[in-house]
Amino acid sequence: MSGSVRSTGAVARLSSLPGVSTASDMAAAAERDSVTGRLLPVRSELSAALPLGGLRRGSTVSVRGSRALLFALLAEATTRGSWAAIVGMPDIGAVAAAELGVDVRRLAVVPAPGTELLPVTAALLDGLDLVVLGDGLLARHALSRQQTEKLTARARHRGAVLLAADAFPGAELELHCTPGRWYGLDESGGYGYLRERAVTVHGSGRGAAAKPARVSVLLPGPSGGVAAPHSSGTETSRAREAG
Amino acid sequence: MLWCPDWPVTAAAAAAGVSPHVPAAVFAGNRVVICSAVARRYGVRKGMLRREAQSRCPDVAVLASDPARDARLFEPVVAAVEDLVPGVDVVRPGVVAVPVRGAAAYFGGRNSPDAAEHAFSERLAEQVSATAGVECQVGIADGLFAALLAARRGVLVPEGRDAEFLAPLPVAELDQQGEGTAEFVDLLRRLGLRTLGQLAELTERTVATRFGQEGVLARRLARGAAERPLSPRRPARDLAVEQHCDPPLERVHTAAFVARTLADRLHAGLTAQDLACTRVGIYARTEGGEERHRVWRSARPVTAHDVADRVRWQFESWLQAGSGARPTGGVVHLRLVPEELVHGAALQLHLWHGAGAAGEMEDDPGTERATRAFTRVQALLGPEGVCTPVLTGGRGPAERVEFVSWGSPLDRAGEQAPWPGRLPAPSSTAVPARPVPAAVSDKERRAVSLTARGALTSRPHSVAVEGGAARNITGWAGPWPVDERWWDSAAEGQRARIQVVTAGDGPAMLLLLREHGKPQWIVEGVYD
Repeated sequence: MSGSVRSTGAVARLSSLPGVSTASDMAAAAERDSVTGRLLPVRSELSAALPLGGLRRGSTVSVRGSRALLFALLAEATTRGSWAAIVGMPDIGAVAAAELGVDVRRLAVVPAPGTELLPVTAALLDGLDLVVLGDGLLARHALSRQQTEKLTARARHRGAVLLAADAFPGAELELHCTPGRWYGLDESGGYGYLRERAVTVHGSGRGAAAKPARVSVLLPGPSGGVAAPHSSGTETSRAREAG
Repeated sequence: MLWCPDWPVTAAAAAAGVSPHVPAAVFAGNRVVICSAVARRYGVRKGMLRREAQSRCPDVAVLASDPARDARLFEPVVAAVEDLVPGVDVVRPGVVAVPVRGAAAYFGGRNSPDAAEHAFSERLAEQVSATAGVECQVGIADGLFAALLAARRGVLVPEGRDAEFLAPLPVAELDQQGEGTAEFVDLLRRLGLRTLGQLAELTERTVATRFGQEGVLARRLARGAAERPLSPRRPARDLAVEQHCDPPLERVHTAAFVARTLADRLHAGLTAQDLACTRVGIYARTEGGEERHRVWRSARPVTAHDVADRVRWQFESWLQAGSGARPTGGVVHLRLVPEELVHGAALQLHLWHGAGAAGEMEDDPGTERATRAFTRVQALLGPEGVCTPVLTGGRGPAERVEFVSWGSPLDRAGEQAPWPGRLPAPSSTAVPARPVPAAVSDKERRAVSLTARGALTSRPHSVAVEGGAARNITGWAGPWPVDERWWDSAAEGQRARIQVVTAGDGPAMLLLLREHGKPQWIVEGVYD
């Protein structure tokens, strides 16, 4: 009952954001509002890996294997007006995040939460759409199952998405990235530069997200962003190797 | 920071007409609160019973404790300092804080900063002894706490070296006058933590679990950090309170009464907005149109009572000053201004409305909610606890981003300029905050370095990060020379970057060669 009231509020908020109404994808926005008002959008290249095609508000997502994937998940939502915060990841490569499409003006970093990890994360879940817990943070703070459940509950109540760059007990959705090969380096050595990487993103989860999904993308792609893989992967890679 | 040793004794002796060469001590509740250097030589100590003090030193002059008197007699000293530098803060009677940077540059002339600070501190001590006839010691440091300890030792701590200066000092220094931390200090000592450095080395977590809030504060002080982070933004609404006085205030008692009600109003205004104040300015205008003001600073947030006391002391010193310094008429207008604010327990958002982000985001309800969350986190961790990345100019991955405390003014000028030599996108997703050493070697396990012509001495074959197991390199690119800071003699030799892809599931990395002789590589970025 109260959930539906909140989600109408969320819809009103979303539609009042600058950029949403002016964007050319009015139709897409309308469809999203009507069908899935509770989804935060992700880049279209990645949506196939997510059972719902987006990040469900109130859910907890574990993202393993690639930080680039983590940034890419934040990209679409931050450019559409959502705020994101990254907790306990002091070595974040903000340039890479920007290249992957994150609006860094809507990104806050809490490099060292120290002893205040739980209150800090809770406060952020109260006010932001996306909160990321850095890798190793859970282990370092030896969070008990009860504490992680508290965070999950907080996210659910506030309609925020909690992303953990780690295994997170009870996560609704688990995304796992298997790194593939890098392109752009010359085999003879010394020439070229790292240009793009083919990866496979596996998504699996519980409940509505139970159906496992898999998608191949270039992460990062040629300009640092997310890109669809080259139509015939093997051929292109052979061409690259030759050239 | 300027410190007059044993000020209560000096003041009391001056008020009672006791010569400074006579041993003297100030007593409260039959115990020695503080004693003069002469008395100390006779074996009189703080906390001693009066009878015991007198048995050690029969001629000791017994003086009563009176903070108002101390404050009143301190005023000439403050005035003397103020003649030299504007913007003086009184920490308590006997201690004055002075902003040094600008003043040192002014008085030090063209000397190096250190010499300038030295010249300035001499000048300050001279000025005080010549004008006010009082001995004092000067110390310079970045933080208030460190500066106080520096002044006691007459030390000038170089910029940014507060923590180093504090490290060897005993933990007893945490127990500043009457702040009731004696028990805590005693506990630390019994646990074997004898110096501030040892306390500073503990993690915040350990300190918080063992000693609670008090321990966390003490650790902050020991690390040379501010006791409480300053409020990151000035409040939009004016919190100052003022009062017109008719008839004019000419007597201390009536002034004290007005001060009390005014201080209550100031305090109520602050608590209503959940703020507290660590520096309060007292401004007064007299019938004759003279303006007087003085700023009082306190290490912890002042209560209404503290403010009232300070106003009363200030009035005493103004109204009972010598003929030259005394205002010509009564005070008709009194104003209290909170000069420096710290957060109370929680925060009210409307104060921070329209936070430091770009203008177009201000009206957005999401931004407002986020701002509230960030201010809440800043209240927990301090203003530097929440940062926003700002892309700036630069070539290396670490140089291209600046992390700015949330709410600080942003400057995005650098990004537009061309930066030749910058690596093309994609950039590394992890940029280690501290340099991570790596060893790059070729097939024969020789270290890879750079030739005089900027080429690698041999093909890199494996890389070991931080002394870990060596990983084979499956692909590499570079070297790209880093032609930066050729004017900086400390950065010797040419530096260069290479990108490597490691075998198996290993990450791709960006490595920077720093030194040639004994080649030293560091991991500048990880692509993962």
